[in-house]
Parts: sequence; structure tokens; C-alpha cells
Amino acid sequence: MLNARALAAAALMPLAANAQNQINMPTGVSDAGVVITELGAEIYGLHMLIFWISVAIGVGVFGIMLYSIYAHRKSRGVKPSQFHEHTGVEIAWTVIPFFILVAMAVPATSTLLEVYDNDDAELSILVTGYQWKWKYEYLDADGENISFFSNLATSQEQIYNTDVKGENYLLEVDQPLVIPVDTKVRFLITASDVIHSWWVPEIAVKRDAIPGFINEAWTRVLAEGVYRGQCTELCGSYHGFMPVEVHVVSKDEFDDWTASKRGAAAADAALAAQELSVDDLMARGADIYNASCLACHGAKGEGGLGNAIAGSAIAMGGVDSHLNVIVNGVAGTAMQAFGAQLSDVDVAAVTTYQRNAFGNNTGDVVQASDVVSYKEG
Amino acid sequence: MGDHHHGPAKGLSRWLYTTNHKDIGTMYLWFSFAMFLLGGAFAMIIRAELFQPGMQLVEPGFFNQMTTLHGLIMVFGAIMPSFVGLANWLIPMMIGAPDMALPRMNNWSFWILPPAFLMLASTLLMEGGAPAFGWTFYAPLSTTYAPPSVTFFIFAIHILGVSSIMGSINIIATVMNMRAPGMSYMKMPLFVWTWLITAFLLVAVMPVLAGAVTMMLMDIHFGTSFFSAAGGGDPVLFQHIFWFFGHPEVYIIILPAFGVISQIIPAFSRKPLFGYASMVYATAAIAFLSFIVWAHHMYTVGMPLAGELFFMYATMLIAVPTGVKVFNWVTTMWRGAMTFETPMLFSIGFLVLFTIGGFTGLMLSIAPADFQYHDTYFVVAHFHYVMVAGAVFSMTAAIYFWLPKWTGRMYNETMGKVHFWVSFIGFNITFFPQHFVGLAGMPRRIPDYALQFADFNMMSSIGAFIYGASQLLFLYNVIAAITSGKRVTDEKIWDGAEGLEWTLPSPPPYHTFEVPPTIEEQPAH
Amino acid sequence: MRLSQDPTIDTVAKLGAVSVAMFAFVFVVMVPLYNVLCDALGINGKTSSEAYISVVSEVDETRSIKVQFIATNNDGMPWAFAPDVTEMVVHPGAANDTVFYAANPTTASMIAQAIPSVSPSRAAEFFHKTECFCFEQQPLDGESEAQMPLQFIVDQDLPADIKTITLSYTLFDVTSLMRDKVASR
Repeated sequence: MLNARALAAAALMPLAANAQNQINMPTGVSDAGVVITELGAEIYGLHMLIFWISVAIGVGVFGIMLYSIYAHRKSRGVKPSQFHEHTGVEIAWTVIPFFILVAMAVPATSTLLEVYDNDDAELSILVTGYQWKWKYEYLDADGENISFFSNLATSQEQIYNTDVKGENYLLEVDQPLVIPVDTKVRFLITASDVIHSWWVPEIAVKRDAIPGFINEAWTRVLAEGVYRGQCTELCGSYHGFMPVEVHVVSKDEFDDWTASKRGAAAADAALAAQELSVDDLMARGADIYNASCLACHGAKGEGGLGNAIAGSAIAMGGVDSHLNVIVNGVAGTAMQAFGAQLSDVDVAAVTTYQRNAFGNNTGDVVQASDVVSYKEG
Repeated sequence: MGDHHHGPAKGLSRWLYTTNHKDIGTMYLWFSFAMFLLGGAFAMIIRAELFQPGMQLVEPGFFNQMTTLHGLIMVFGAIMPSFVGLANWLIPMMIGAPDMALPRMNNWSFWILPPAFLMLASTLLMEGGAPAFGWTFYAPLSTTYAPPSVTFFIFAIHILGVSSIMGSINIIATVMNMRAPGMSYMKMPLFVWTWLITAFLLVAVMPVLAGAVTMMLMDIHFGTSFFSAAGGGDPVLFQHIFWFFGHPEVYIIILPAFGVISQIIPAFSRKPLFGYASMVYATAAIAFLSFIVWAHHMYTVGMPLAGELFFMYATMLIAVPTGVKVFNWVTTMWRGAMTFETPMLFSIGFLVLFTIGGFTGLMLSIAPADFQYHDTYFVVAHFHYVMVAGAVFSMTAAIYFWLPKWTGRMYNETMGKVHFWVSFIGFNITFFPQHFVGLAGMPRRIPDYALQFADFNMMSSIGAFIYGASQLLFLYNVIAAITSGKRVTDEKIWDGAEGLEWTLPSPPPYHTFEVPPTIEEQPAH
Repeated sequence: MRLSQDPTIDTVAKLGAVSVAMFAFVFVVMVPLYNVLCDALGINGKTSSEAYISVVSEVDETRSIKVQFIATNNDGMPWAFAPDVTEMVVHPGAANDTVFYAANPTTASMIAQAIPSVSPSRAAEFFHKTECFCFEQQPLDGESEAQMPLQFIVDQDLPADIKTITLSYTLFDVTSLMRDKVASR
């Protein structure tokens, strides 16, 4: 859970992002005039340089053309010239553009060298693309990696127009990536199924996530705030529904956050030892269903890309075979092994939910301890 | 050549068995127009869903089928066959030849296309739906994660590849071996030059596309691992092979369009094309460079620095010969005596809008900036400027320009102008705002988007509906001209038109230049 | 070289040959060239699939390289899979070893293939594995686990500007692939 102070700080940031009808690339500098990333500002500068050179050439060329359309028309009684070559001019307009391009290539090269400068990072984060969510894993020298999935948080009701769309429609997640300000962060990027691409426009990082291969990218964000991005490589039906949300917080807040994350993992483990009430399990299960199952299995368990849960033999049959599907996935299909993605409490909750929602009403209650015994065999 | 020439056969069998370049050209043009309307219909569905944020009309999976088929049909079914149709009609007449070098192969090149596209369109009805992995079909989305229809997609691509290769071999053989005596290479109309060079590109790269889809087929059905890391393969290998085809492909699309503009602007400026020789060399330079820039489509894939730099420099370099061509067209207009009939309007529209597309192309070539542009609507805007306002406007200009020669009937000039202005305005309303949403952060190939992109998307959709409607006007104009247009009386039709086709009657006889014409003595350009 | 008396057929035959050659080019040149260039220039991040025969050499104590280990399951792979240590600091020239832990939670026996990938990719050619579980497929019976060894040496010629090397393994389920291969024999 994000520290309340960090949340408040983020809320006070001027709304540089998500500005309505923006016509240009993020400048790399916040509305308050603070540089967000130096690389982002450099890239913006390069973009504007090429843009203005293009405008200048365009104004020249189109100006001559428009003048000619006005002045050299038959209706003005002009007689057409017959010249059709001029070696000098032709050489000039071959050579001069070449030198303009060389002039552009120099800053472009130096900025590209910056992009490739991935070493000497203080923090390494493994970013893994899944259909259709991101997983973040903070590599810790002592091996106590913090790891979690980041799912779209926008409700189906908003998407299907039965509820008003929130301000961060399609750009909000249940668990954002949190990184400390003014820290060189190295992203190690891969994918678990198809090619995805991880992009946050305001910090100017985009890198493809390729299954079986690791890519790297880096950033040093100088301004605290919330930065939002999206998957930018077609990865299947819900490509447009796997956003990126990054919270950049002070170093102290980051330390607090990592501690609370570790605490939450421990709390989850402790929770696994308890017996939860049916209501608690159903409520928690509904949240997990909506975040992780709904996209393929439907808001009412009616199915879609995945099989129907409502009335399904698996959801109403033996608990162990139901757990097997959820924990181990189904090889050769799109059903992922959620045992790796959900805690034991979460698996228990979503299994309980599926067995009792959508009219299934089996009355079965699955506790985390059941999941643990199932896993132990 | 025998001396009894009956006219064309009657009825359906005329079209099924014809080996006549004019008939085959006509079939290619009508087929491509039908495909243009089909691909356009898919675009209307796309823009209707994107009219507002939220999912209103289609499911995300179906939306991806629409974007995929829209791209495949427009590129392979509309644009490419339309320019082949032009080539068929015009190349023999422009070089004083009686027909194409291989008339029967010409018939096959056309007739395998309708079944291929029928098969591709029918994938919409198959279980699992049509291909939904984008017209660029990256692995493993298009292999391990593909619907069953992918096999039919691969088969369709093979067939249309064969059609293109046969057509290109035909064009090269015709141009190299059948020019009328006295028509040296440097006297050929530029349209013939651009098609000659394009045909070489096609022969070189369509087999590469065939190789890529064959490797996909092998990975899907025969247990190989070209593109799967599990077996030692690499998904990025697919991208290299695809774009090695894909980049020359976009020049295949645009070079014949350049050739058309090089015929029309001089005609309506009443002035020879400026810098003929440089235009030929620039076209050849663009074709050569097109082979060494492919990975600018892959700047974010994690290429080593040296590779990224090489592709950036090579890509930037293409701006030079392209710029030369633009300058030459403008200089052709300069001090001419211009009139602005419909073909000229579309050509000037091409000149302005293609150049804008060229500038966004230059911006995209800058690798570090491309990290912010790649896979966003900025790219979508760029390629629609060069492919629609480029290739399609050029094709439209060509139809208005040569239709009177082919049919002997003039289209309605006022209606032609209306078509131009509605197209021009509709096109820009559709695609100019896409630059903005792309820069502001909207990715490609998404069926729904964040609220800050809403206004420009609505604008873009309205523009699309206008542009789409104007193509129905185009259809009307063409049919009205053919059925009831005013008959043209003189061969030249257009005051400044030059070239052998303008020495023929309108419409020309079924067989022309059975006796090669005498090429007037003029110095080679 | 004329392929025919008729100039048209000659042109057609030559162009037909070019098309066939370009098709063959994809399989016979592009694929092998891609692999060779990636291996030779070490630019794909792929390490060798064969054990490195180590040459006794001086350990460069003046340089410290941080080596990070990452384990990822590919889609549909249910095993537990993790490195024993997340990072180690090593000296170029020194022999190092570690293990990766794997456990098969299902009741069926399965076969896995670990695919390595190195970042930065240009470090791959300087990362020598004398023993690696990625060299072979790893079978595991149902409900069993294994400690899989990795032994490596970082070459002293590693470019001076590289201070961190990340070795990532993606674990793929190849059970059905292997079954098909066995069945087809």
C-alpha cells in the first residue's frame, strides 16, 4: 500500500500529465518548471530541432509552390518556359540537404549515446510483460526481491459505458511501480508470452519486452510525481488495457514503501495461517476476479476468450482440480499459472468467489491453508 | 502478328481468358477499387469505435481483426494492384509495344488475386476469427498465439506474392525487350522508369516475404523454432526478415506514384519535367537505399548501439534523393503556364501532403526521438500521409488523367473538383490530429483510449467519415464518365500531355502499336 | 550468360532465378547470418550453448563486476524457479559458481529448457559458462525439485565501461515438444 504522505505529495503535483488535447510530446520538464528527466528534455529538444528545420524547409518549398500557382497560371496569359535542367542548382539542392542532415545527426548521435548508458544504476527493476498486465520485481542484493503484478484498475463498467469515466481512465493500476527520485534506475525488460513494450512518455523510456530475451533501459527522474504510460506493442486483444503507472517519491518515502511492501508480503503470509470469514473471502475474491480473471472470463463469468465460469464443471466440481487449474494453469492454452502471480490467500479467495458467484452457489469455502496443503500435495 | 484481328470476345469469357493488357489493366483497376472500398469499410468500423472513449461497437479482439485486415487489404489488395493496373494499361502504350511480354502470365497474375482475397476475407468467418496480429504480424503473436485462420492468411500471402512476382517479371521483360526502336532508356517516360525500378524491387523482396511466412508456417505446423526462444530461435529475427521486405515494400508503393506525378505535373504546367536524368538517378538511389534501412522500424527492440546508429544515418540519407524529386517537381511548375483540372489538383495535393509525410519521416528517422514516437499515432499519421495523400492521391490523379484516353469519355470536371476538395479536407481532418495524439502519448492499435485523447479522436473519426464518403463520389464520377461522359474528340485531350499514349485514338483500339511507332528525333534527356 | 535465344525468355528466366534465389536467401543466408553475427559480435545477448573450456589465467583483482541473476517463467510454465543469490560481485578471470532452484509442483513429470539472455548484450561474448543447466533440457518428475548448477568466468577483456552484467534465464516447458520428438523416432 502506498504511504499516505507519498500519495498526498503526488496529488499536489501540477497536472502536467493527462492535459487535455496536448499537441506535442512531453517536454521533459514539469509545468512547475522542474526538469523531470534530463534525457526526456534532450529528446524533446531534438524533436523540436528537427521539427523547426522541417517547418523552415516546408515554408520555403511551399511558399515557392504557392507563389508559382498564383503567378504562373495560364489564365494570367503567361507563356510557359521550356527550361528543364540546371546542373548547378541540382547539385546545390543535393549537397546542401546532405549537410543539413549531418548537422542533425550530431546531436542525435550524442543523445543516442545517452540512451545507451545503462550502467552504474543504484536500483535494478525487472519488468515483465504478460498478456495483459505488467510484473515488477525489485532486485535486491540479499535476494529479498519485492515482486508484484500491476493490473488495470479501471472498471469494466467504465469501459462499457455504464459508469462515468474517471480522470485516469485506462491509465490507472492496482499496484503502481514506485521508484525513488534522483536515483539512477535500471530497468530489465522481458516478457512471458508475446512481445510487449514498456513506455512512460514523460520519463521518455520505451523498450520492447521480448519473451526469452532481456532488454535494458535506464532513467533518473528528478521530479516527484505520478507518470503514466501504456503498452506499445500489439500483444493481443487487451493490448490497450495494460497501462504503466510510476510513482516517483522521495528516498525516505521509498524506504517506507519497500518496508511496507515487505510487511504486506509477511502479513499476507500471516493471513494465510488464519481462517477468513466467507464475506471477507468473497469480497477479496471479487477484487481479484475483476483484476485478473474478468478480461478473459467475463464480468458475469460468462466466458469470452476463456471458458465460462458460471455453471462450469471445474468451478462446481472438485476443489483440488479447480485449484490445479488456477495454480498451475492449463498447458497449451491462454490460462496462465496464477500460483506464481497470486498469494495463497488470494488464490483461496478467488477460488471461493468463483465457486459461489455467478449462480454457482456450491457453498464451498477455500482457505489459504487448503491452498498450501494442495500445493504440498 | 496475324492480320485478322477480331475485336474482343463477348461476355464473361472475354474477361476470364483475356491476354490483352488493356483488359487486364481494367480488371486490376476495378479489383483494386473494390478492395479499396472493402479496406475503407474496415477503416470506418475502426474510426467509429474510436469516435469516443469506451467500447461501444465491437469487442477488442474484433477491433484488432479490423486493423489487421484494413492494413493487409489496403496494401496488398488496393494500392499494389491499382498501380499494376496502371502499368498494364500504360507501359505498352508508352513504349510503343503491342502488349506485355508475357500476355498469358499476365492473365494468371491477375486472376489468382480475387480467390486469394476471398480467402483472406473469409477468415473473418472462421473459428477464432480473422488474423488479429497487425498487418506486420510479429511472432510469437502470429505463430504460437495465432488463431487457426493464420494458415489461410499465410496461403493468401503466398498467392499474392506469386502474383506480384509474375507481374514484375512481365514488366521488366516488357520494358527491357519491347521498346519501339529509337526509344532508348533515357527517352522513356518517367512512369516507365519508376515502374521498371519498382519491378526489380518486387522481384527481390516479395520472395523474402514468402520466406518469412513460410518460416511462420514451419514454426506453427512443423515444430521448428525460427522465432521461438524455447527452441533457440528469436522473435526479433522475424522482425529483421519482415522489415527487410517491409521497407522496400513502402518504396514499391510510392515509386510508381512518383512516376505518375512526373507525368501529370509537366502536362498541366505545359513544360517539360525538370531534371529528367536526376529524377531517374534519384529513383534508383531511393531503391538502393531502401535495402539498407529496414531496422528503423525496430529502434526500440534492443539493437546494439552500432546497428542503431547505422540505420539512423542510412535512413536520414534517403531524405536527399527524395528531396531532389520534390524540388524537381516544384521547379517543373515554376514559370510554367498552369491550369488546375482535377488531375493537377490531386497532384499538387500529393506534392504538399506527401512532403509533410516526408518531414514526419525525417523526424521518425532520428532514433532517440523515435523512442517517443514508435508505435504511437504519430507513426500512423506519418504513413497515412505518405500512403494515402501520397500513393492514393497519385492513383486518383492518374485515373482522372488517363480515364478519358482509355474510355474516350471525359469525366465531369466540376464533380472532379468537388471530389478533390472533399478528399483533401476530409483527409487532413482525419490524419492531422493523429500527429497530436501520438505525440501526446496515444499508442497504436488500441480500441479505447484515455480521456485526454478524446477530442482529437472524435475529429479524426469525423474526417474519416467525410473522406470515406468522398470515395463514393469518386466511384460515381468514374461510372458517370464511362457511361455518359462527354466524348473526347482529340487524341491529346490535355493541352500539355506528352507521350506515345497521347498519339492514339480515345479510346484506343483493342490492339495498338502492332507496328512500332517512329520515335521522333529528340535528344535523350 | 544467355539462358535462351529469345531475349524475352532470357529475361524471364533470369528474373525467375533471382526470385528463387531471394527465397532461398532467407533460409540459407539471412537466418544463419543473423545467428553468426549475433554469436560473433555477441550482440544478441545470447551466450554460447556449449561449455566453455577454461584457460588458466590471472584473476584481475583490481576490477569488480556485479553479476545479477534473474529467473523468469515463460507462459504456461508452473515450476518454481529462482536463483539462489540475486547478485554476486566477481573479478574478471575468476571462476565462480552458483545454483538455481527449480521445483515441479504438478503431479506429471515435465521437461524444461532454460534460455539465457545477457544484458548489456555486448557483455555476452565475455561471459563464459563452464557449466550451465541451460546447456541441456532439465527433466523433473512430478512434485520434485532440483538445484541446478551454473559455473562461469567473466573474461578479462570485458570492455572497461561495463560494471554490471545481468544474466536472465527464461524457463520454457518443452515437455510436449520432446514428446513429439520421441514419438516420431
